[in-house]
Amino acid sequence: MCPSVMETEFAIIGGGVVGLSVAYGLRKLGKQVTVFDEGDTAFRASRGNFGLVWVQSKGLNQPAYARWTRRSAAAWRDFSDELSRQTGEDLKLVQNGGYIFHLDEEELDAERKKYEQLKTELGGDYPFEVMGANALKREEPHIGPKVAGALFCAEDGHVNPLGLLRSLADAGRKSGVVFHVNSKVTEITPAVGGFDIRVGSSRAYFAEKVVLTAGLGAMQLGPSLGFRTPIRPQQGQVLITEKMPKLLNRPSVEIRQVDEGGIQIGATKAEIGLEDGETLQETAKLARHAIDILPALAKAKLVRSWAALRIMSPDGLPIYQRSGSCPGAYFITCHSGITLAAAHSEFLPKWITGEADAPDLSVFGEERFDVQAAQ
Amino acid sequence: MFKRLSDHGAKTVRFTFDGQTVSAREGDTVAAALFAAGYASIRKTPVHLSERGPFCMMGACYDCLVEIDGITVQACMTPVRPGLVVNRAAPAHTFSGDAG
Repeated sequence: MCPSVMETEFAIIGGGVVGLSVAYGLRKLGKQVTVFDEGDTAFRASRGNFGLVWVQSKGLNQPAYARWTRRSAAAWRDFSDELSRQTGEDLKLVQNGGYIFHLDEEELDAERKKYEQLKTELGGDYPFEVMGANALKREEPHIGPKVAGALFCAEDGHVNPLGLLRSLADAGRKSGVVFHVNSKVTEITPAVGGFDIRVGSSRAYFAEKVVLTAGLGAMQLGPSLGFRTPIRPQQGQVLITEKMPKLLNRPSVEIRQVDEGGIQIGATKAEIGLEDGETLQETAKLARHAIDILPALAKAKLVRSWAALRIMSPDGLPIYQRSGSCPGAYFITCHSGITLAAAHSEFLPKWITGEADAPDLSVFGEERFDVQAAQ
Repeated sequence: MFKRLSDHGAKTVRFTFDGQTVSAREGDTVAAALFAAGYASIRKTPVHLSERGPFCMMGACYDCLVEIDGITVQACMTPVRPGLVVNRAAPAHTFSGDAG
C-alpha cells in the first residue's frame, strides 16, 4: 500500500491549549488549519494545570510580559463568551480579582517593592493593592491567623481549564479545523514550498507552514526546524478536596475554590525531569500550607492529587520564534497557556500571518538567551 | 421503601441522625440503617443544593456523604455504633453565581 500525502496550509503540531488557541485563531483569519495531536499518552500540561487567568507577579523582570499578560486577561471575557456561543459550554470564568497570600510581613513588603518597581517601569499603569491582615479578613473571613496579608490585583481570575481545553477543540472542529488525534508527529522535514510531516512510522502529510506548539515534545522536534527549544520540564503537584461550602471568594496562586466547590491546592516546583508521578511527602507539605491559609481545611477530605509538567524556558517567559533557517516554521511555547489563551487566539495568529496590526513579540525570541549566555 | 428480613435476630443499636434517634441493628452501616428508617435523601450537594441519598452501597459513588465528628464520611462504609452522632454533610449553601 502506498501512503497518501495529505496537504494543509498550516500544520499545528500539538493540540493542547496553546496549539488549539492558535489553531482556532488562524482558522478565524480564514486559514486552512490541521492539528496533529499525540493523544492522551502525551505529557499534557493542559490537563494538569491550576486554571488561573493571572496577571499579578507576571513580568516583574520584563515589563513587556506584564503588558502581554494584561492584554490577554483583558481579552478573556470576550474570548470566553465567544467559545460559549460556539460550543454551549460555560467556562466558569470569573475575573473578580485574586491574591498572593504571605505568611510573613517582611516577605510581603519585599514583594510590594518589586510590584512598585514594575509599576514605575510601566509608567504607573499597573493595578495592585496591598492588603493587611484586617483588610484581608473583611474580604475573606475564613483566612487563618497565620496569614500576614496579601497582594491583590483586580485583574486576576480563574477558569475551568478542562472546560477550556474541551471547548477549544469543539469550537475548532465547528469552525473547520481538521484534527488528527492519536497522531504523534515523529519528524518534520523542510521541503520545497513547505514541510513534510511524518506521523508515527508511515503516514505522511505536507504543510506550507508549521506551528510547533508541542509543549515538551518541541525539545525533540524543534532542532530540525532551526529552533534551539531551550525548554525543560518542571513538575507541579496539585491537590483537590471534597466539595466544600464557600470558603474563598477569590482565587490565589496557591489555593482556589473551583466552580464545582472543591478547594484546589497547588503547586510544588520540582526539577526532576520527565517524571509526572506525585509523592505523599509533597502532598502533605501542600496540605499543611493550605491549612495555614484556610484552617477549615484541617477536616476536609482530600479526593485527588496529581502532578503535571510545566514547560519552562530559562527565564520562565514565553518563546515566540520564527525560524531563521526554515521560513514558514514558528515555535510557540509558554508556561501560562491558560492566561495567554485569549492572546494566543486573538492576537498571536496575526504575528504568524504577518498582519499589519500584529503584536510586537520581538523580546520573546530565542535570541534573548544568547545575550544572557554572553554576559 | 425497604423491609428488614424478619429472622435477622441481631441486637438493636441506637444512634442519632440530625438529632433524631434512629434504631438500627448491629452490623448495619449508617446508610443501611437510614434506608431502613425511611430516609431517602440524606443531604444536599454543597454547590447546587440538589438532594442526594445512598446509591451504590459499596463505597464507590460518594453520594451518601454524612458528617461524623466534623469529618465527611461515606455512610455506606461506616458501621453503626451505639450513640453515634451523625449529621447531614452539607453546611449552609453559600455559593452564588457571581462568586462574591
